[in-house]
Amino acid sequence: MQTSVTAQRSTLPRRDEQTLRSVLCAYMMSATFWLLFATAVGVLMAYKFGAPDFWPGPWLTFGRLRPIHTNDTFYGWASVALVGLAYQVAARSSRTRLYSAKLAWAGLVLFNLAAVAGTIALALGFNDGNLEYREWPWPIRLIFLGALVVTAWNLIGTVARRNTEDIYLSNWYTIGGVLWTCIIAVVAILPWYQYGLGQVSVSGFYMHNAVGMWFTPLALGIFYYALPKLLSRPIYSYALGVFAFWTNLVFYPIIGAHHFLFSPLPWFLQTTAIVFSVAMLVPVWGGSANFLLTMRGRFHGMAHSYPLMFIFVGVIGYLVGSTQGTFEAFRSLQEVWHFTNFTVGHSHLTMYGFVTFAIWGGIYALLPLATGKRPSELGLTLHFWMALVGSFIYIISLSVGGTIQGRDWIHGLPFIQSVADMQSYWIWRGVGGSLMLLSHVVFAWNVWRMTYGVGASTSQDAAPPTEGAAA
Amino acid sequence: MNKLILIAGGSTLVYAVLAMLMGVLPGIELSNIPPGPGVNPLTALEAQGRAVYVANGCSYCHTQQVRPLQQDKVFGRPSAPGDFTYQTPELLGSERTGPDLTNVGNRQSSVVWHYIHLYNPRAVVPQSIMPAFDWLFQVVDSAPPGVTPITVPKAYAPTHGVVVPTRDAHALVAYLLALKQAPLPGSAGESTEAISGESRTGAQASTAAPSAGSGEAAKGHALFTATCAACHQATGEGLPGVFPPLKGNLAVNDADPSHHIHVILHGLQGANVGGNVYSSPMPPFGATLSDADVANIINYERSSWGNHGAPVTAAQVSAERAKSN
Repeated sequence: MQTSVTAQRSTLPRRDEQTLRSVLCAYMMSATFWLLFATAVGVLMAYKFGAPDFWPGPWLTFGRLRPIHTNDTFYGWASVALVGLAYQVAARSSRTRLYSAKLAWAGLVLFNLAAVAGTIALALGFNDGNLEYREWPWPIRLIFLGALVVTAWNLIGTVARRNTEDIYLSNWYTIGGVLWTCIIAVVAILPWYQYGLGQVSVSGFYMHNAVGMWFTPLALGIFYYALPKLLSRPIYSYALGVFAFWTNLVFYPIIGAHHFLFSPLPWFLQTTAIVFSVAMLVPVWGGSANFLLTMRGRFHGMAHSYPLMFIFVGVIGYLVGSTQGTFEAFRSLQEVWHFTNFTVGHSHLTMYGFVTFAIWGGIYALLPLATGKRPSELGLTLHFWMALVGSFIYIISLSVGGTIQGRDWIHGLPFIQSVADMQSYWIWRGVGGSLMLLSHVVFAWNVWRMTYGVGASTSQDAAPPTEGAAA
Repeated sequence: MNKLILIAGGSTLVYAVLAMLMGVLPGIELSNIPPGPGVNPLTALEAQGRAVYVANGCSYCHTQQVRPLQQDKVFGRPSAPGDFTYQTPELLGSERTGPDLTNVGNRQSSVVWHYIHLYNPRAVVPQSIMPAFDWLFQVVDSAPPGVTPITVPKAYAPTHGVVVPTRDAHALVAYLLALKQAPLPGSAGESTEAISGESRTGAQASTAAPSAGSGEAAKGHALFTATCAACHQATGEGLPGVFPPLKGNLAVNDADPSHHIHVILHGLQGANVGGNVYSSPMPPFGATLSDADVANIINYERSSWGNHGAPVTAAQVSAERAKSN
């Protein structure tokens, strides 16, 4: 079964190849736009921490930019990119064509419609209760749900027509992720059962599941497909991947309340969340070990393959970020870090160090295979190193600063002291964020070269595109 | 095909059950918690203020949950489930870039202070990084009848005209002032111990702020910072034309402390300090501060910024309180 993944040559008719290619290109261009936009908003916010009177006025006030930044990162950038890659993975690993190009286009339109409408709504002050990651007014979230349903249908249809006996593991993760997220979206939208503290418990459930049952499985799906592809070797242990799938499914939905430790939520709910946060080490370490063991013996060669380097950073981001999450769930550490900027550092370690690097690895691995065009070596180098160094500066400064913030409170210093003490760390955060933004500009150039622009061809016989190994 | 149904259907079924157990059922169950004693729904104006709060994303920097932890005591008593019965949308928040607002109506009850702070936070808290919400105000040539213009300190005031709040600002301040914790039965007075609480227990004393001198003085400093400094400023100089100075203030240096005590317990309207009349009222603190707390604050004020007032005792405060009751 795994030969369908490590195989380097496509068996699809030319017309189906073209469909797959144009869908992938369009999704990647769209996702890249949202990445640039959301990061630019992020850098503007970072600047406002040092210069709060810069660009005043209602539309650009921090409290409106913040949900724009998070929602567009989540639902514009990461969601669109992951779905685009999931289509590619589903069709290629099943050795079949896309079930429906029309559905793929409809999904892309709906994703973008939701993100555009959501951004405008938030800028105008239509914010659904400041409930994190579900701030878009509900009609807009219905549009997003529509995009999810269309995507699920299309992915299932594609895999159902597979020309392989088994369903490749990546598709377990991606199809599962899309279906579960449909449930999450419905649970979040329905208003009739969540009031007051009840809404708090739903928020805890939602904000963690929207991340852990959506981005995590889809990003892991990329790892399971791109790693064997790039290395021309099967995944270390298929069974371990299956085990991680089921444990992730069972443990993750239970840990949401750890966002509300020490809150008036029932204590047993908080404790249950802590226990299962520890249990999450099982799928996280199992999955990470599986990826790293797949790469065993090849780490030397890795330096010559940026797609592999991106994926390696993504795997480490997954391992470190998720393990950090487990530790943050302990009451003793939460006492120091809760409400501080440490959490912001954590969310960037996971959404950036893990998810975003995984997406980049997937794009650099799969896009040249589909289009036959490569980005320049300089573009890859600049993107990788600026993103890596930028995120390091970002995460370290907020982790250190956040710890100081928490210690200030414990020491009973006047509150404003914790604001003053953060200033230099916020400057460093801005430096890191700016580097990240710069790297995204380079990434956009790379995507352009791999899609519609003139990129270096991956092989001598340019048409039809052959599936030459990316590195 | 069967495999697909097994994987997609099976995992989705498992997930649906878990979503029910961990999301929906706790949601339903906890939605029915009855309000705690003294917890009331918002008025129409306050609810409008909450909408302004939500539209501008205030809860991305301000929490509304007090944890049962030492460091949260400055913000009030620990939040109880019954506090949130009428709080939909829930605004507990996840970041404390700014202070918690659960009890801000009690901690910071000056309307004028809130207006100035919203118009430009740096006018009252120089190190603040909160955005200015000046679009919630209008600059007009003269205030319409019945509307009191806001006395914005010169450095932040418009070059001409006066600043008046819009309906949104009016509603937002009404909402902020409505954020008051109802006292829990049997725990009266606990909140007054909160601010200085940490230096009271021996175990904490060694880890307390390095600036802590003698215990009482440190308590007075902490209480002043939490309760008084927002208006009178850490320098004791107040804000010219808005909040009177305590530095060199006759009442603060008066050998007879009764007026000083009285003002803190009962508030003051139209204060005349050094020949300047201040129109912004000082709120009363008799209900939120204990006699010992008031004495500590007074002694801090009387021994700071070059002031030389005679120290007072909690007994004197108690006597003054009894006199006016």
